[in-house]
Amino acid sequence: MIAFLQQPWPWYVAGPLIGLLVPALLLTGNKTFGISSNFRHICAACAPANISFFNYNWRKESWNLIFALGILAGGVVAAQWLGNGQPASIHPALAAELSLHGVHPEAAIVPSSLFGIDQIFTLRGLILMIGGGLLVGFGTRYAGGCTSGHSIMGLSSLQWPSLVATIAFMAGGFLMANLILPQILAL
Amino acid sequence: MKYIKYLLFGVLFGIVLVKAEMISWFRIQEMFRMQSFHMYGIIGSAVATGLLSVWLIRRFNIKTIHGETVVIPEKKFNKGQIYGGLLFGLGWAMTGACPGPLFAQAGTGAAAVGVTILAAIAGTWLYGRFREKLPH
Repeated sequence: MIAFLQQPWPWYVAGPLIGLLVPALLLTGNKTFGISSNFRHICAACAPANISFFNYNWRKESWNLIFALGILAGGVVAAQWLGNGQPASIHPALAAELSLHGVHPEAAIVPSSLFGIDQIFTLRGLILMIGGGLLVGFGTRYAGGCTSGHSIMGLSSLQWPSLVATIAFMAGGFLMANLILPQILAL
Repeated sequence: MKYIKYLLFGVLFGIVLVKAEMISWFRIQEMFRMQSFHMYGIIGSAVATGLLSVWLIRRFNIKTIHGETVVIPEKKFNKGQIYGGLLFGLGWAMTGACPGPLFAQAGTGAAAVGVTILAAIAGTWLYGRFREKLPH
């Protein structure tokens, strides 16, 4: 059983499990699936700075912070007890492209040659971690949701603004991965 | 104690994110380069499952465990979904993670991801600070 769980899980197992979070949250407490709002709640809790956008009762949304804490704990459980220690098997074209920049597939989820602690003070690491993080936080709130809130929850409830947002997410991702990221990796 | 279920849902979600390699920077790169079906299969089947669930809840007026009617807030369109969506997409391909996976990545012991999470919180704060000046 454990050996079975330690294999990477196929998409047709993972996708439906994630989709089931939608009814699970709705039926156990009338909550809508979404993660990025947590960044707003943290701002509201720690640094509201008289900004009206952060002036609301974030404690009423604390279920979502607990949910995020659970995701973090799930990451710990999976890495400690359900890992197989194998490097990621990736598409040969991607492997070839990345190896030009000294990035190689490894057992870790994120390549340490880009996202290691020692990379924080390199230009490449700084752009990817700080720049990427700023864009994720700013962009999701500007869009009113992320992949969970728009692409899964919003599309599941047939909300067309979520389709617009999802198309924009993908367009931004394609642009970055194919045109801009190669320039950053070459730094 | 009433929040313990959300903790459990989060733990399950976190485990799926890690084990299906959805939080892998490499899988996100493959997705945006059309080199793998994996992420499309996950998102597609998650949406299909969610769609069916919401349809069933509405069709049969299924109540919550507390007997309440299920309410799904309506999302209103504004240009932020385009501008913000594009900006988030850029960040998604850089970090290899959207907000949920960021928490899971940190849990797997990628300590530097803590920096990315702090940057994401700062990005959200900047949005709040300059919200009125942005086109919506």
